[in-house]
Amino acid sequence: MSAHVEEEHFAGSNKLFTSIWVWLVLLTLVEIGLAYKPMALHLMLTILLGLSIIKAALIVAYFMHLKFERLSLILTIVPMLVVCICLLFVFFPDSFRSAGLRYEFKEQPPAAEEH
Amino acid sequence: MSTEARAVHFPAADWDGGVHPYRVGHRKLGMWLFIVSDSLTFSALLMGYAYLRASNVWPTPFPFYPSIVFSSVMTFCLLSSSLTMVFGVSASSRGDKILARKWILATIFFGVAFIVLHLIEWNHLISEGVRPFSLPAHWVSTFTTTDGKLPSPLFGATFFTITGLHMFHVATGAIYLSVVAARVKKLKHEDIEISGLYWHFVDLVWMFVFPLIYILSVDVGGHLAK
Repeated sequence: MSAHVEEEHFAGSNKLFTSIWVWLVLLTLVEIGLAYKPMALHLMLTILLGLSIIKAALIVAYFMHLKFERLSLILTIVPMLVVCICLLFVFFPDSFRSAGLRYEFKEQPPAAEEH
Repeated sequence: MSTEARAVHFPAADWDGGVHPYRVGHRKLGMWLFIVSDSLTFSALLMGYAYLRASNVWPTPFPFYPSIVFSSVMTFCLLSSSLTMVFGVSASSRGDKILARKWILATIFFGVAFIVLHLIEWNHLISEGVRPFSLPAHWVSTFTTTDGKLPSPLFGATFFTITGLHMFHVATGAIYLSVVAARVKKLKHEDIEISGLYWHFVDLVWMFVFPLIYILSVDVGGHLAK
Protein backbone atom coordinates (compact mmCIF):
# COMPACT_ATOMS: atom_id res chain seq x y z
CA MET A 1 0.00 0.00 0.00
CA SER A 2 2.80 2.39 0.87
CA ALA A 3 4.36 1.84 -2.56
CA HIS A 4 0.99 2.63 -4.15
CA VAL A 5 0.70 5.88 -2.21
CA GLU A 6 4.25 6.82 -3.15
CA GLU A 7 3.42 6.34 -6.82
CA GLU A 8 0.53 8.78 -6.55
CA HIS A 9 2.58 11.46 -4.82
CA PHE A 10 2.62 14.60 -6.95
CA ALA A 11 5.57 16.76 -5.95
CA GLY A 12 5.27 20.53 -5.85
CA SER A 13 2.94 22.78 -3.88
CA ASN A 14 0.21 25.05 -5.25
CA LYS A 15 2.33 27.99 -4.08
CA LEU A 16 5.21 26.79 -6.28
CA PHE A 17 2.90 26.33 -9.29
CA THR A 18 1.42 29.80 -8.78
CA SER A 19 4.89 31.35 -8.70
CA ILE A 20 5.74 29.54 -11.96
CA TRP A 21 2.54 30.95 -13.49
CA VAL A 22 3.52 34.47 -12.36
CA TRP A 23 6.92 34.04 -14.03
CA LEU A 24 5.29 32.81 -17.23
CA VAL A 25 2.93 35.81 -17.32
CA LEU A 26 5.82 38.22 -16.65
CA LEU A 27 7.93 36.72 -19.44
CA THR A 28 4.93 36.99 -21.78
CA LEU A 29 4.58 40.69 -20.90
CA VAL A 30 8.29 41.16 -21.67
CA GLU A 31 7.70 39.54 -25.08
CA ILE A 32 4.80 41.89 -25.83
CA GLY A 33 6.92 44.86 -24.75
CA LEU A 34 9.73 43.74 -27.05
CA ALA A 35 7.36 43.81 -30.02
CA TYR A 36 7.23 47.61 -29.79
CA LYS A 37 10.90 48.17 -29.08
CA PRO A 38 12.80 49.03 -32.27
CA MET A 39 15.62 46.55 -32.81
CA ALA A 40 17.11 44.33 -35.50
CA LEU A 41 14.92 41.37 -36.45
CA HIS A 42 17.70 38.87 -35.73
CA LEU A 43 18.23 40.24 -32.23
CA MET A 44 14.50 40.23 -31.49
CA LEU A 45 14.17 36.68 -32.83
CA THR A 46 17.04 35.52 -30.63
CA ILE A 47 15.59 37.15 -27.50
CA LEU A 48 12.06 35.89 -28.22
CA LEU A 49 13.24 32.33 -28.82
CA GLY A 50 15.35 32.48 -25.66
CA LEU A 51 12.35 33.61 -23.64
CA SER A 52 10.17 30.93 -25.27
CA ILE A 53 12.66 28.21 -24.41
CA ILE A 54 12.76 29.41 -20.79
CA LYS A 55 8.94 29.40 -20.67
CA ALA A 56 8.79 25.94 -22.27
CA ALA A 57 11.36 24.63 -19.78
CA LEU A 58 9.32 25.99 -16.85
CA ILE A 59 6.15 24.35 -18.19
CA VAL A 60 7.83 21.01 -18.87
CA ALA A 61 9.76 20.94 -15.60
CA TYR A 62 7.04 22.00 -13.19
CA PHE A 63 3.58 21.79 -14.79
CA MET A 64 4.40 18.61 -16.71
CA HIS A 65 6.32 17.40 -13.70
CA LEU A 66 9.34 16.18 -15.67
CA LYS A 67 11.73 17.65 -13.08
CA PHE A 68 10.39 15.14 -10.57
CA GLU A 69 10.54 12.10 -12.88
CA ARG A 70 13.36 9.61 -13.17
CA LEU A 71 16.50 10.84 -14.91
CA SER A 72 16.22 7.97 -17.39
CA LEU A 73 12.87 9.31 -18.65
CA ILE A 74 14.25 12.86 -18.99
CA LEU A 75 17.32 11.62 -20.88
CA THR A 76 15.17 9.51 -23.18
CA ILE A 77 12.82 12.33 -24.17
CA VAL A 78 14.67 15.64 -24.11
CA PRO A 79 18.02 15.19 -25.95
CA MET A 80 16.42 13.27 -28.82
CA LEU A 81 13.84 15.99 -29.34
CA VAL A 82 16.45 18.76 -29.21
CA VAL A 83 18.67 16.97 -31.75
CA CYS A 84 15.74 16.32 -34.14
CA ILE A 85 14.64 19.97 -33.99
CA CYS A 86 18.21 21.19 -34.55
CA LEU A 87 18.47 18.92 -37.59
CA LEU A 88 15.60 20.88 -39.16
CA PHE A 89 17.95 23.88 -39.39
CA VAL A 90 19.56 22.13 -42.36
CA PHE A 91 16.96 23.85 -44.58
CA PHE A 92 17.99 27.40 -43.79
CA PRO A 93 20.94 27.74 -46.21
CA ASP A 94 18.49 26.95 -49.02
CA SER A 95 16.03 29.48 -47.63
CA PHE A 96 18.64 32.25 -47.62
CA ARG A 97 19.78 31.22 -51.11
CA SER A 98 16.27 31.32 -52.58
CA ALA A 99 15.71 34.77 -51.05
CA GLY A 100 17.98 36.10 -53.80
CA LEU A 101 16.12 34.31 -56.56
CA ARG A 102 12.77 36.04 -56.24
CA TYR A 103 11.42 37.84 -59.27
CA GLU A 104 11.68 41.58 -58.84
CA PHE A 105 9.49 44.17 -60.46
CA LYS A 106 11.84 46.83 -61.72
CA GLU A 107 9.16 49.39 -62.45
CA GLN A 108 5.97 50.19 -60.63
CA PRO A 109 4.50 47.52 -58.38
CA PRO A 110 1.51 45.87 -60.10
CA ALA A 111 -1.92 47.29 -59.49
CA ALA A 112 -3.46 45.68 -56.42
CA GLU A 113 -6.01 43.02 -57.29
CA GLU A 114 -9.29 42.55 -55.54
CA HIS A 115 -9.76 39.06 -54.15
CA MET B 1 28.51 -9.92 -4.80
CA SER B 2 26.50 -11.02 -7.81
CA THR B 3 25.75 -8.65 -10.70
CA GLU B 4 22.06 -8.58 -9.81
CA ALA B 5 22.80 -7.73 -6.19
CA ARG B 6 25.12 -4.89 -7.17
CA ALA B 7 22.56 -3.48 -9.61
CA VAL B 8 20.12 -2.96 -6.76
CA HIS B 9 22.56 -0.75 -4.87
CA PHE B 10 23.78 1.45 -7.73
CA PRO B 11 21.83 4.53 -8.82
CA ALA B 12 22.79 3.46 -12.35
CA ALA B 13 20.19 0.74 -11.93
CA ASP B 14 17.92 3.31 -13.64
CA TRP B 15 19.40 2.05 -16.89
CA ASP B 16 19.21 -1.64 -16.07
CA GLY B 17 15.70 -2.12 -17.37
CA GLY B 18 13.49 -4.11 -15.06
CA VAL B 19 9.73 -3.89 -14.83
CA HIS B 20 9.52 -0.05 -14.65
CA PRO B 21 12.69 1.44 -16.13
CA TYR B 22 11.12 4.91 -16.19
CA ARG B 23 8.96 4.45 -13.07
CA VAL B 24 5.89 5.58 -15.02
CA GLY B 25 2.98 3.51 -16.29
CA HIS B 26 2.82 2.50 -19.93
CA ARG B 27 0.00 4.96 -20.65
CA LYS B 28 1.95 7.89 -19.27
CA LEU B 29 5.01 6.82 -21.24
CA GLY B 30 2.77 6.58 -24.32
CA MET B 31 1.55 10.15 -23.78
CA TRP B 32 5.14 11.37 -23.45
CA LEU B 33 6.04 9.67 -26.72
CA PHE B 34 2.97 11.18 -28.39
CA ILE B 35 4.01 14.61 -27.09
CA VAL B 36 7.50 14.12 -28.55
CA SER B 37 6.09 13.21 -31.96
CA ASP B 38 3.58 16.08 -31.87
CA SER B 39 6.40 18.46 -30.90
CA LEU B 40 8.17 17.44 -34.08
CA THR B 41 5.01 18.09 -36.11
CA PHE B 42 4.76 21.64 -34.78
CA SER B 43 8.53 22.11 -35.08
CA ALA B 44 8.35 21.16 -38.75
CA LEU B 45 5.46 23.57 -39.35
CA LEU B 46 7.22 26.42 -37.56
CA MET B 47 10.43 25.62 -39.43
CA GLY B 48 8.50 25.70 -42.73
CA TYR B 49 7.11 29.10 -41.72
CA ALA B 50 10.64 30.31 -40.85
CA TYR B 51 11.91 29.01 -44.20
CA LEU B 52 9.28 30.94 -46.12
CA ARG B 53 9.72 34.04 -44.04
CA ALA B 54 13.51 34.08 -44.47
CA SER B 55 13.25 33.70 -48.25
CA ASN B 56 10.46 36.21 -48.91
CA VAL B 57 9.30 39.70 -48.17
CA TRP B 58 6.96 39.01 -45.27
CA PRO B 59 4.04 41.23 -44.30
CA THR B 60 3.95 42.47 -40.69
CA PRO B 61 0.29 43.37 -40.46
CA PHE B 62 -0.82 42.88 -36.84
CA PRO B 63 -2.07 46.06 -35.15
CA PHE B 64 -2.07 46.45 -31.35
CA TYR B 65 -5.86 46.18 -31.43
CA PRO B 66 -7.38 43.75 -32.13
CA SER B 67 -4.56 41.29 -32.99
CA ILE B 68 -2.01 41.77 -30.20
CA VAL B 69 -4.60 42.47 -27.50
CA PHE B 70 -6.56 39.36 -28.46
CA SER B 71 -3.52 37.10 -28.76
CA SER B 72 -2.16 38.36 -25.41
CA VAL B 73 -5.45 37.65 -23.65
CA MET B 74 -5.49 34.23 -25.35
CA THR B 75 -1.97 33.59 -23.99
CA PHE B 76 -3.16 34.59 -20.54
CA CYS B 77 -6.11 32.17 -20.88
CA LEU B 78 -3.84 29.26 -21.81
CA LEU B 79 -1.31 30.00 -19.05
CA SER B 80 -4.14 30.21 -16.52
CA SER B 81 -5.63 26.97 -17.83
CA SER B 82 -2.32 25.25 -17.21
CA LEU B 83 -2.32 26.54 -13.65
CA THR B 84 -5.86 25.29 -12.99
CA MET B 85 -4.95 21.95 -14.59
CA VAL B 86 -1.92 21.48 -12.35
CA PHE B 87 -4.11 22.37 -9.34
CA GLY B 88 -6.54 19.67 -10.51
CA VAL B 89 -3.80 17.05 -10.83
CA SER B 90 -2.45 18.06 -7.44
CA ALA B 91 -5.91 17.69 -5.86
CA SER B 92 -6.31 14.31 -7.54
CA SER B 93 -2.98 13.13 -6.09
CA ARG B 94 -4.35 13.93 -2.62
CA GLY B 95 -7.40 11.82 -3.44
CA ASP B 96 -9.75 14.84 -3.65
CA LYS B 97 -11.46 13.94 -6.92
CA ILE B 98 -14.33 16.43 -6.47
CA LEU B 99 -11.91 19.35 -6.20
CA ALA B 100 -9.93 17.91 -9.11
CA ARG B 101 -13.10 17.98 -11.23
CA LYS B 102 -13.72 21.64 -10.37
CA TRP B 103 -10.21 22.61 -11.41
CA ILE B 104 -10.52 20.59 -14.64
CA LEU B 105 -13.80 22.37 -15.44
CA ALA B 106 -12.02 25.70 -14.90
CA THR B 107 -9.34 24.48 -17.31
CA ILE B 108 -11.98 23.65 -19.92
CA PHE B 109 -13.49 27.14 -19.43
CA PHE B 110 -10.15 28.81 -20.19
CA GLY B 111 -9.63 26.48 -23.16
CA VAL B 112 -13.01 27.33 -24.65
CA ALA B 113 -12.36 31.04 -24.00
CA PHE B 114 -9.11 30.67 -25.96
CA ILE B 115 -10.94 29.09 -28.90
CA VAL B 116 -13.69 31.73 -28.95
CA LEU B 117 -11.15 34.58 -28.86
CA HIS B 118 -9.07 32.90 -31.54
CA LEU B 119 -12.07 32.46 -33.84
CA ILE B 120 -12.94 36.15 -33.41
CA GLU B 121 -9.33 36.99 -34.29
CA TRP B 122 -9.50 34.72 -37.36
CA ASN B 123 -12.71 36.46 -38.36
CA HIS B 124 -10.97 39.85 -38.21
CA LEU B 125 -8.34 38.63 -40.66
CA ILE B 126 -10.73 36.80 -42.98
CA SER B 127 -13.07 39.80 -43.18
CA GLU B 128 -10.04 41.94 -44.01
CA GLY B 129 -9.41 39.68 -47.01
CA VAL B 130 -6.63 37.33 -45.85
CA ARG B 131 -6.85 33.97 -47.60
CA PRO B 132 -4.51 30.94 -47.49
CA PHE B 133 -2.87 31.83 -50.80
CA SER B 134 -3.49 35.54 -51.23
CA LEU B 135 -3.21 38.80 -49.35
CA PRO B 136 -5.68 41.71 -49.21
CA ALA B 137 -4.96 44.27 -51.92
CA HIS B 138 -4.02 47.03 -49.46
CA TRP B 139 -1.54 44.68 -47.74
CA VAL B 140 0.15 44.01 -51.08
CA SER B 141 0.53 47.71 -51.85
CA THR B 142 1.65 48.54 -48.29
CA PHE B 143 4.26 45.81 -47.91
CA THR B 144 5.76 45.82 -51.42
CA THR B 145 9.34 46.98 -50.94
CA THR B 146 10.74 50.12 -52.53
CA ASP B 147 12.73 47.96 -54.97
CA GLY B 148 9.54 46.22 -56.11
CA LYS B 149 9.59 42.95 -54.21
CA LEU B 150 6.08 41.71 -53.48
CA PRO B 151 5.11 40.36 -50.05
CA SER B 152 4.63 36.60 -49.92
CA PRO B 153 1.04 35.50 -50.53
CA LEU B 154 1.70 32.50 -48.26
CA PHE B 155 1.24 34.54 -45.09
CA GLY B 156 -2.33 33.22 -44.75
CA ALA B 157 -1.29 29.63 -45.45
CA THR B 158 1.25 29.58 -42.63
CA PHE B 159 -0.93 31.55 -40.25
CA PHE B 160 -4.10 29.50 -40.69
CA THR B 161 -2.24 26.15 -40.77
CA ILE B 162 -0.19 26.67 -37.63
CA THR B 163 -2.79 28.44 -35.53
CA GLY B 164 -5.51 26.16 -36.93
CA LEU B 165 -3.66 22.98 -35.96
CA HIS B 166 -3.01 24.45 -32.54
CA MET B 167 -6.68 25.40 -32.16
CA PHE B 168 -7.60 21.83 -33.15
CA HIS B 169 -5.37 20.57 -30.34
CA VAL B 170 -7.04 22.93 -27.86
CA ALA B 171 -10.48 21.74 -29.01
CA THR B 172 -9.57 18.05 -28.73
CA GLY B 173 -7.97 18.79 -25.35
CA ALA B 174 -11.19 20.42 -24.13
CA ILE B 175 -13.17 17.36 -25.25
CA TYR B 176 -10.61 15.03 -23.65
CA LEU B 177 -10.80 16.96 -20.37
CA SER B 178 -14.61 16.92 -20.49
CA VAL B 179 -14.51 13.12 -20.60
CA VAL B 180 -11.96 13.07 -17.77
CA ALA B 181 -14.11 15.45 -15.68
CA ALA B 182 -17.20 13.32 -16.28
CA ARG B 183 -15.44 10.09 -15.26
CA VAL B 184 -13.08 11.58 -12.67
CA LYS B 185 -14.21 9.31 -9.83
CA LYS B 186 -13.62 6.15 -11.85
CA LEU B 187 -10.24 7.17 -13.19
CA LYS B 188 -6.91 6.54 -11.51
CA HIS B 189 -4.73 9.48 -10.54
CA GLU B 190 -2.28 8.67 -13.32
CA ASP B 191 -5.03 8.97 -15.94
CA ILE B 192 -5.79 12.50 -14.75
CA GLU B 193 -2.09 13.32 -14.73
CA ILE B 194 -1.84 12.07 -18.34
CA SER B 195 -4.67 14.36 -19.45
CA GLY B 196 -2.77 17.17 -17.72
CA LEU B 197 0.36 16.33 -19.71
CA TYR B 198 -1.56 16.75 -22.95
CA TRP B 199 -3.07 20.06 -21.84
CA HIS B 200 0.27 21.51 -20.74
CA PHE B 201 1.73 20.48 -24.08
CA VAL B 202 -0.93 22.52 -25.88
CA ASP B 203 0.07 25.48 -23.70
CA LEU B 204 3.74 24.84 -24.43
CA VAL B 205 3.23 24.91 -28.20
CA TRP B 206 1.50 28.30 -27.91
CA MET B 207 4.58 29.65 -26.10
CA PHE B 208 6.36 29.32 -29.47
CA VAL B 209 3.46 30.12 -31.80
CA PHE B 210 2.59 33.41 -30.05
CA PRO B 211 6.00 35.13 -30.35
CA LEU B 212 6.90 33.68 -33.74
CA ILE B 213 3.57 34.29 -35.47
CA TYR B 214 2.20 37.33 -33.64
CA ILE B 215 5.00 39.26 -31.92
CA LEU B 216 7.33 39.07 -34.94
CA SER B 217 4.57 40.31 -37.26
CA VAL B 218 3.50 43.43 -35.38
CA ASP B 219 2.80 46.46 -37.55
CA VAL B 220 5.02 48.69 -35.40
CA GLY B 221 4.91 51.76 -37.63
CA GLY B 222 1.17 51.47 -38.19
CA HIS B 223 1.80 51.18 -41.97
CA LEU B 224 -1.58 49.59 -42.68
CA ALA B 225 -3.46 52.28 -40.77
CA LYS B 226 -1.89 55.06 -42.87
